[in-house]
Amino acid sequence: MREKILAIIEKNSRIDLKDLAVLLGENETAIANEIAEMEKEHIICGYHTLINWDNTSDEKVVALIEVKVTPQRGMGFDKIAERIYQYNEVNAVYLMSGSFDFTVFIEGKTMRQVAQFVSEKLSPMESVLSTATHFVLKKYKDHGTVLAEETPDERMLITP
Amino acid sequence: MRNPLSDRIVEIPSSGIRKFFDIVSEMKDAISLGVGEPDFDTPWHIREEGIYSLEKGRTFYTSNAGLKELKVEISSYLSRRFEVTYDPEHEVIVTVGGSEAIDIALRAMLNPGDEVLIPQPSYVSYVPCTILANGVPVTIDLDEKDQFKLTKQKLLEKITPKTKILILPFPNNPTGAVMTAEELKDIVEVVIEKDLFVISDEIYAELTYGGDHTTIASFPGMRDRTVLINGFSKSYAMTGWRLGYATAPRVILEQMLKIHQFAIMCAPTASQYAAVAALRDGDKDVQVMRESYDQRRRYLVHAFKEMGLECFEPHGAFYLFPSIKRFGMTSDEFATRLLREEKVAVVPGTAFGDCGEGFLRISYAYSLKNLKEALSRMDRFVKNLDRKA
Repeated sequence: MREKILAIIEKNSRIDLKDLAVLLGENETAIANEIAEMEKEHIICGYHTLINWDNTSDEKVVALIEVKVTPQRGMGFDKIAERIYQYNEVNAVYLMSGSFDFTVFIEGKTMRQVAQFVSEKLSPMESVLSTATHFVLKKYKDHGTVLAEETPDERMLITP
Repeated sequence: MRNPLSDRIVEIPSSGIRKFFDIVSEMKDAISLGVGEPDFDTPWHIREEGIYSLEKGRTFYTSNAGLKELKVEISSYLSRRFEVTYDPEHEVIVTVGGSEAIDIALRAMLNPGDEVLIPQPSYVSYVPCTILANGVPVTIDLDEKDQFKLTKQKLLEKITPKTKILILPFPNNPTGAVMTAEELKDIVEVVIEKDLFVISDEIYAELTYGGDHTTIASFPGMRDRTVLINGFSKSYAMTGWRLGYATAPRVILEQMLKIHQFAIMCAPTASQYAAVAALRDGDKDVQVMRESYDQRRRYLVHAFKEMGLECFEPHGAFYLFPSIKRFGMTSDEFATRLLREEKVAVVPGTAFGDCGEGFLRISYAYSLKNLKEALSRMDRFVKNLDRKA
């Protein structure tokens, strides 16, 4: 049941509990309990809204930064990651396989703000060897959702 | 000038769906629960294969029976999913949708006066195709109390010395009924005893809920008596690609191929390449779509129950077939008024045979949002009728 609940609310976290229960053919209380349990177990870590900021008047800059680090004695990747993700500007941090170690997503109001963060906060960290900053120009698809407007249903109204 | 027309075709009424479609088309902002096709786009990896085949310039005919690699995939799919074996070389034909397969199967097997048993409610083409193939359609009215399944009793009642073919349309459009292996066993006994052939239209085989589909061809003694029809339209959301197939013993298939060869030549080449990708890597897509239909099926069954519209629980395809008998209206009246008063388009049950009177076909191949809006309008409509009654 968990997998099925997650598959639905991953795409639509605002769905009514009642609808969810009907869709899955379970009772409402059982579903509510399962969700509460998954929140407790930190399987469900939050409920967010997917926003296409390009359609608002808000200016926002998102950058993806490749970070190389040297893990130091008594301080593995996790500790370094923690030092990075504590910053409010940082949206996401992933440990990567391949030629660099972390991918860091930064959000700022302007490019300058992001640049400042990289040069003043991120790069000077003791463990950080190098960074490469890539600015996001346009988001096409995020969290499995295409951000362009929905295409209308073009099927004929009645077919056999 | 002489009458340019064939009497036989003129006498066949056009599809009841067509008539209703014309009424619906006038309503610009109607919302519909009337389609008989998936709401998904064809999965991208399948579409891409079709595009790629065009880019590579594969714009030629294929051999009449279809691409060899597609026939091989069809044969291995049928054995993997339904435990029936067909020789891809001589027992598989790729057709322009399941519809063509129905037509050429009937034409290959019927002699003038042969009777074809057609359980109804069912898809609109069996009766006219039988007539066009010189056969005599004999309908079997299925009952809601049997959950619209074909029973041994009902079958026996309509068999005469002239009966040659039984059409087996399960999982069923429009009722959503399925036949389990246990229930098919009864039918098999009769078919073998009475020396009949079966055209089994299994286009919805992948869309069953709560139990896998069983094909009648998998029963001992049935393979040689069955033309199995399936296709890509429903399971892979590929209606517009126009691609289906039939498998049958060589002696029947050879004659079907002859008709196909002269009338059609071959199924669209790009569609055939796309279909190869569907069968090779499409299992996961089917599974995701099936789960989604199943959820919406539960949603609709629940909603109709709350609305007070009696409806048996369907276990296949993507339709509900609720009864509207308690309103004392014909299906046609109900559907027409629902359209005019609430702008919701559904198909009257009578489009699928006279015994569909008193029922509606509701399709749930729509987004939840669309279903909710349509259901709330139907709810209002039903409440109004109840208040006046």
